[in-house]
Amino acid sequence: MTAHGPFSPRDWAAHPPYVYPGYKSTGLRGPTQPLIPLKQTLSELTGPVFGAESVGPLDHDLTKNARVNGEPLGERIVVGGRVLDEDGTPVPNTLIEVWQANAAGRYIHKNDQHDAPLDPNFRGSGRCVTDADGWYRFYSIKPGAYPWGNHPNAWRPNHIHFSLFGPAFATRLVTQMYFPGDPLLDLDPIYLGAGEGARELLISNFDLDLTEEGFALGYRFDILLRGRDATPSQE
Amino acid sequence: MGYKQSPSQTVGPYFAYALTPEQYGYDFKAITGNQLADETVEGERIRILGRVLDGAGSPVDDAMVEIWQADAQGRYAHPADPRGSNLAFRGFGRHGTGTDPELRFIFDTVKPGAVEGQAPHITMCVMARGMLSHAFTRIYFSDETEANATDPVLATVPQDRRATLIARREDTQAGIVYRFDVHLQGDDETVFFDL
Ligand SMILES: [Fe+2]
Repeated sequence: MTAHGPFSPRDWAAHPPYVYPGYKSTGLRGPTQPLIPLKQTLSELTGPVFGAESVGPLDHDLTKNARVNGEPLGERIVVGGRVLDEDGTPVPNTLIEVWQANAAGRYIHKNDQHDAPLDPNFRGSGRCVTDADGWYRFYSIKPGAYPWGNHPNAWRPNHIHFSLFGPAFATRLVTQMYFPGDPLLDLDPIYLGAGEGARELLISNFDLDLTEEGFALGYRFDILLRGRDATPSQE
Repeated sequence: MGYKQSPSQTVGPYFAYALTPEQYGYDFKAITGNQLADETVEGERIRILGRVLDGAGSPVDDAMVEIWQADAQGRYAHPADPRGSNLAFRGFGRHGTGTDPELRFIFDTVKPGAVEGQAPHITMCVMARGMLSHAFTRIYFSDETEANATDPVLATVPQDRRATLIARREDTQAGIVYRFDVHLQGDDETVFFDL
């Protein structure tokens, strides 16, 4: 029934289902018909190429890229790690886009009406590109938790949104990075929607080696994209 | 443990100031937008527009749609295309549904050429708050009846659902417009692919 190759299939035991009752908005927005298997063609094996030239000089530093009259408030962090495919092969020169709430748990997005202060010196969006060995790194402020209307007293755990392309459109991934030891994780239906044993991949690790003396706490976050099928596919 | 792919998570409602900042008026340079072809690019100018509709038939105002397509000669701007990149045309667009008064996504581009014996088509990726994973679909063209009839991917789609993948051509004073609504659910649920 599968019709994939050369990229291995999306692992639907790892990824969340389209309709997940704990996350109410999926009820009317998640597709319900079975996906139609598609044997990958050149249309899926290609994808937009965004390399180092697509990133501005301060795009990777959210503590600096929106300053108006001072530094953003909050705990400075440096987030870094590797983008690999599921077989451990580094994914070089691929764009990562990130966005997040500020230290108070407020997004600058116009639709965010949470009663927490905006920070005039923090926008909360940026981007970076992996190097030849798949490594990336960006600076930011640790995001705060924020309430959402999904259920009574619902709070999102601290998180940073990630968007990645990988080597082809088939490897597109949008996900979220969480922080270790967050008590809200076990109450969060977005996190819990991902498969048990897979969702733990979304929790970063505190990393003293990444931590910069006197400046910022380091969090290590590796991201695993789809790999290639082991057996060559016949056209 | 044993899972080897980082799970998808929803794009959420607040992607605009990172992913589509210029469209939404945020002070951050966008990597792409909804204008795919400048005047130097060869090909038939077309506009593709539509809405993303939820299971109640309401248009989704916080969806983000991406498209990926070949140029008018059927070439992709990517190293895997053996015919070489057409760097003047990247073929990638991105548009949120939150700025148009009718909550449509709108792309101005060129009509793609046929690729590898397939009918002309555009790959689309749909994401939104309330979607824990993105969904891939394809846009085919209503005036390509013959090519569509022999397209190997369309052939795998049940006959009664194929129409959900066909953008309807309208010749307007402003030019050629293809209308392509995405139904996330319902009787006309769009065909989404596991690719
Ligand atoms: Fe968020």
